[in-house]
Amino acid sequence: MQRDFVMSLRGFATSAARQGALRAVAVALAALAIFALLLLADGKDPLHAYRDTLVYVFGNAYGFSELLVRMTPLLLTSVAVALPSRLGLINVGGEGQLYMGAWLASAGALAFPNLPAWLLLPLVTVSGFLGGALWALVPGLFRAAKLVNETISTLLLNYIAPLIVSFFIFGPWRSAESSSYPQSPAFVDAARLPSLGGTRIHLGLLYGLVGLALYALLMSRTRWGLEMRAIGGNPEASLRLGIPVAGYLVAAMTVAGGFAGLAGMAEVSAIQGRLVANLSPGYGYMGFLVAWLAGGSAAGILVMAFLFAVVSSVGDILQITQGVPYAVVNLLMGVILFIVLGQRGGGRR
Amino acid sequence: MSTSLSVAVLMSSIRSGTSLLYATLGEMVGQRAGIVNLGLEGNMLIGAAVGFAATFLTGSPYLGVAAAALAGMVGNLLFAYIVVERRANQLAAGLTLLFLGFGASALIGRPFIGVIITGLPRFGDFDPLVWLAVPTALLMGWLLFRTRWGLALRAVGEDPAVVFAAGRRPDLLQYEALAVGGLLGGIGGAHLSVAFTLSWDEGMTAGRGFIAIALVIFAKWNPLWAVIGALIFGGAEALQLSLQAGGADVSPFLMNMIPYLLTLIVLVFWGWNRRSAAPAALGRSFFGVE
Repeated sequence: MQRDFVMSLRGFATSAARQGALRAVAVALAALAIFALLLLADGKDPLHAYRDTLVYVFGNAYGFSELLVRMTPLLLTSVAVALPSRLGLINVGGEGQLYMGAWLASAGALAFPNLPAWLLLPLVTVSGFLGGALWALVPGLFRAAKLVNETISTLLLNYIAPLIVSFFIFGPWRSAESSSYPQSPAFVDAARLPSLGGTRIHLGLLYGLVGLALYALLMSRTRWGLEMRAIGGNPEASLRLGIPVAGYLVAAMTVAGGFAGLAGMAEVSAIQGRLVANLSPGYGYMGFLVAWLAGGSAAGILVMAFLFAVVSSVGDILQITQGVPYAVVNLLMGVILFIVLGQRGGGRR
Repeated sequence: MSTSLSVAVLMSSIRSGTSLLYATLGEMVGQRAGIVNLGLEGNMLIGAAVGFAATFLTGSPYLGVAAAALAGMVGNLLFAYIVVERRANQLAAGLTLLFLGFGASALIGRPFIGVIITGLPRFGDFDPLVWLAVPTALLMGWLLFRTRWGLALRAVGEDPAVVFAAGRRPDLLQYEALAVGGLLGGIGGAHLSVAFTLSWDEGMTAGRGFIAIALVIFAKWNPLWAVIGALIFGGAEALQLSLQAGGADVSPFLMNMIPYLLTLIVLVFWGWNRRSAAPAALGRSFFGVE
């Protein structure tokens, strides 16, 4: 199962480069047409909805900056999927790792409110990374010890992490001033990730881009990358060659979890300014699909993360202008993905 | 714990284990034919939403369950087209079905938030779906292990090329397995909304689809073991509910973790020797005989 996944990642990376943008446009049009039918069935005017969307997203600088805000967590969570996938590991736990990153980052921010920003910000960042990393370490260890397949364990952990967050914001960290809406107290300014000008674009975007670049360099330019790709190709042969396979498995999962944790850190530290319950509209799962569609290539991740940001913003805008539930964005994403998946395959191993 | 309380807990374990059992059986049939469906959760959500909506609109919970089963089957056939016909990666296609299920169920269920229905009637202590759960498991066991269809189906899960060489079509068998699986997954979802909570809430299956996938491993791909697994996990949920109702001073969030933690622990302790029981061609696409 895992070998096939990795193979299909590579196969798509090359074919995507060849076939270019034309098919992507066809896919987008087909998806928009199907989604329009669904909106019609719900009694909405799809043309009106699409025009609103275009105006809001691309009509002004703010709308466009919001796309980059959306893209930030997706970059981080897709690196969290792409890195382990090169070893044949399937990390579907970005969602849980994101929540735990947010949780530990909040712990840091709330515990040391008196530190200066130059000390507190790195602390919050590192604890965000650690939160996600530790959460991914568990399935990594289980997998390395051949106890539990990482696919199922990361999925189960996705359901536990938000409960831990809820436990803290309904319990020990509950803010005294907001009794109706459970959330942690606001972070001090020194714990807030700096934003760019008047927009909500924040330092997390840089983390995402640097993370993506590091991932690309690691894979193509280092011995570690070479050995990891060897494990992805043939774990048995790698073991016989003396590559510490188990160590790589654990390390890759842990670092990957750290990246997803950074996404959570950025959400609480830059966007929310406090720990809240609904941190993510499925960024972890979207990251999986981004990485998968991008074939694990860094450039592909950049493009796909942007496209997913557009789709997810469409959901937001439809929610506001058409009164459809946000979950409908999942429907749109499902339709697009089914069309993409249905297009390829066949003859590829 | 008094006897009456423990009987009550047992009864409620059976009730909450029922939807898990249907879902587990549904996933199991597909996996026996070599296909992992991570979208079971999405399928259950569609079943829960469609079942609830149809019950409310027609007034008949039986029609509701039937509609849910049909919806689950449609969802799974869509998935089957992608993974069998187009040979897409099963895990990615499964997550896609999950997204589709989240979205579609939210859209279908939205007019019914806050509505309460009269669900399935009870005969004795249980509704008909509970009574039928164990017979369904027996039926699946018989189908898989005592019929020619089941033999061919299991052979597809082990090695599609052999089935192909024997003159049967692996792709058709996988379609059939996934159709049956979707039917059961839809019923599993419908049992939650039409017989258990009697209300609809976005994302109400709360990861049961994934627990069911873990249960398939725990049950060694055997429908009879699935009954025991579903009962244990139904029990975890029932215990948690009765502790909460009894006013235990533990955060509900910590108690809600129990099913997931238990699943993980069970897999850690019993998962390692299950691999040999897995269908050999699980998760692979069949590209024909070269």
